Amino acid sequence: MSPVLFWAFTLLMLAFGASVVLNRNPVASALSLVGSFLCLAALFVGLDAFFIAVIQVLVYAGAVMVLFLFIIMLLDLKAEQRRRFNPVALVGGAAVSGAFVAFLLHVLKSFPAGSQAFPNLGVERLDDVRLVGFALFNHFNLPFQTVGVLVLVASIGVVVLSRRELK
Amino acid sequence: MAYTVRRPNLTFWEKLYLPNIIAGLAITLKHLRKMLAGETHVVMQYPEEKWDAHLPEYYRGAPTLVTDQHGREKCVSCQLCEFICPPRAIKIKPGHIPAENEFAKVEKAPEAFDIDMTRCIYCGLCEEVCPEQAIFLRKDYAITGESRAEMVHDKTKLYELGGTMPNLVHKWNPDK
Amino acid sequence: MALLNDIPWFLIAASVAKTLFLIFLVVLPLVSYTVYAERRVSALIQDRLGPNRTGFPISLFGFKKDLQLVLGGLGQPIADAVKFLLKEDFTPGHVNKVYFWMAPVLAMVPALSTLAVLPFGNYMFGQKMVVADVNVGILYVFAIASIGVYGIVLAGWSSNSKYPFLGGIRASSQMISYELSLGLSAVPVLMILGNLNLSDAIDYQVKNGWLLLPFTDGNLTLRELLLWVPVLISFIVFSISMFAETNRLPFDLPESETELVAGYHTEYSSMKFALFFLGEYAAMIAGSSVITVLFLGGWHIPFLPVNTLESSMTAPGAVLGLVHITAFFAKVAVLLGIFIWVRWTLPRFRFDQLMKLGWLYLFEIALVNIFITAAILALVR
Ligand code: SF4
Ligand code: SF4
Repeated sequence: MSPVLFWAFTLLMLAFGASVVLNRNPVASALSLVGSFLCLAALFVGLDAFFIAVIQVLVYAGAVMVLFLFIIMLLDLKAEQRRRFNPVALVGGAAVSGAFVAFLLHVLKSFPAGSQAFPNLGVERLDDVRLVGFALFNHFNLPFQTVGVLVLVASIGVVVLSRRELK
Repeated sequence: MAYTVRRPNLTFWEKLYLPNIIAGLAITLKHLRKMLAGETHVVMQYPEEKWDAHLPEYYRGAPTLVTDQHGREKCVSCQLCEFICPPRAIKIKPGHIPAENEFAKVEKAPEAFDIDMTRCIYCGLCEEVCPEQAIFLRKDYAITGESRAEMVHDKTKLYELGGTMPNLVHKWNPDK
Repeated sequence: MALLNDIPWFLIAASVAKTLFLIFLVVLPLVSYTVYAERRVSALIQDRLGPNRTGFPISLFGFKKDLQLVLGGLGQPIADAVKFLLKEDFTPGHVNKVYFWMAPVLAMVPALSTLAVLPFGNYMFGQKMVVADVNVGILYVFAIASIGVYGIVLAGWSSNSKYPFLGGIRASSQMISYELSLGLSAVPVLMILGNLNLSDAIDYQVKNGWLLLPFTDGNLTLRELLLWVPVLISFIVFSISMFAETNRLPFDLPESETELVAGYHTEYSSMKFALFFLGEYAAMIAGSSVITVLFLGGWHIPFLPVNTLESSMTAPGAVLGLVHITAFFAKVAVLLGIFIWVRWTLPRFRFDQLMKLGWLYLFEIALVNIFITAAILALVR
């Protein structure tokens, strides 16, 4: 990926991320989050990781955020828009995020492999779907199945709980 | 009282939807084919083909004024139609018939008679109310014009559209 | 990190040329004439004639008669477009302006971007006739299709009135539900193809016969015969889900005219409305293209030679390439005809029926179908 595109998408992603936090309107925040997901997917494409990019869009932008938006619209949240400006929270938030960024920079600095580019893989088209599949089902089969069962339990639990609520 | 509609018990094939959907598709395809083959004649291509020959006697087209068999304008400008007209489409300026005229005993005839066809609703009340049988709804239905002024039928136009209609009542006939 | 830097400029130029060809020479005309076909076919099905006399108004330039008999209504899409462009673009006072303006674009763009990965032709002039030959083609299509719902939801929400809002809500729940069966019903096909790349999908079908008609390569093995069953099931489920995803009747609840006026685009007028319209039809074209690629062999015509990279540079190769592109869009056109035919035959579903169909039937059928396919693939070599 050319550096121009990289920086364009990175800056766009950060801008969208900032607007998630700064926007008072929940719908606007949700849409900004979708925008930042799309930019992130573009960055993945730049790494030739098409599968991850597409899954990013399909799962986060296409499914999770649609549900979020759905809920936000149904609830018609207005409280957030009426909330007043809170300096203490602002300072606290800035401190926490500043500390996080500093920590991240520190980790990246002390990680020498991160500063040099990876060698070219030397293949025309990386069959990343197959690679991900093999990794999941050969090396991480047990954790994968366990996660599956956990998710199933969680969703059944939600159904049972919401059913009881109705009565 | 609540009225319960009993749901029919569907067979397996009906529950599957698909056979019925295919049957429906076959019906629409049949109509499509017949239209393409020119076997169905439902639509009339209006400006080229017209229904005029089949218009019934009582068809209510544009209101017009008529003259009798002696060429006398039947309207006596009593203005009843002007008053009855629901959308107030008619505007009449009454006038006198000069004494030297053959029909001087009728005394009055309209000096101006305008029907605004952008207002007329073809209700036929004017024809109904006219004591002189002077105004009739004819079969013209395609009244068009490029300006509002053009859509106002004046006296000449109304007589041109109306033509003559022999008297049924003979009170104004000169020989009576 | 090597995509735009070290590829020669002509590859970029070729991609741009292919994109422009696809959007301006194929899809937009196809969209407008699909709308025209929709009106004509619906009329013919209902024993009417439809728009059959729009000609070019050369009488404006002093000629005696318009050119209408020659064209027989084929000028209608142009007249429609001119009407949309010239109409007053009215923005109601009660809407949420920013999103109101954003929504039509969001409805149109995803539908068009889906076309990027669809191989619409064989090699031609040494170029593969696909804009982006990525290895996750079909997933990309699903991903972009899932984004398409934002335009509708936003339109419904930002209009700030009842009917559009109901339309938006219906659209989002419907699209989320049917995305599942859409994706799952494609899985058996992908298992058979063993690949997510759409060009490879067509190559497979060139060698082994179209998936839906496995005898198009001249022979029918036992394996193909057995696989025919799941492929047929997945074709039906996929098509039904595609109808739901593109909001076509019998699943057009988001914009049902009779109950919601026009659903999510009630408040829109002029070109913004036209964008929704174009987006819907572009999505239909994209959906038909996906069905063509996955089930109907894409651009392939049985028993016709196939271009290779070398032969595509010659003159007969170019002709063959053109024939293949035409074949692809001919298949798409046939599918669009079926879309239209179904729309004017079936009544609309009720919303609970729609949800029931999606979650209780199509979803399960698609799921079971995956296991059937897996069993056949594992047992019969
Ligand atoms: S037909 Fe009715 S509306 Fe027309 S001029 Fe006569 S009274 Fe008036
Ligand atoms: S048309 Fe009949 S009703 Fe009207 S003014 Fe003349 S005579 Fe009277």
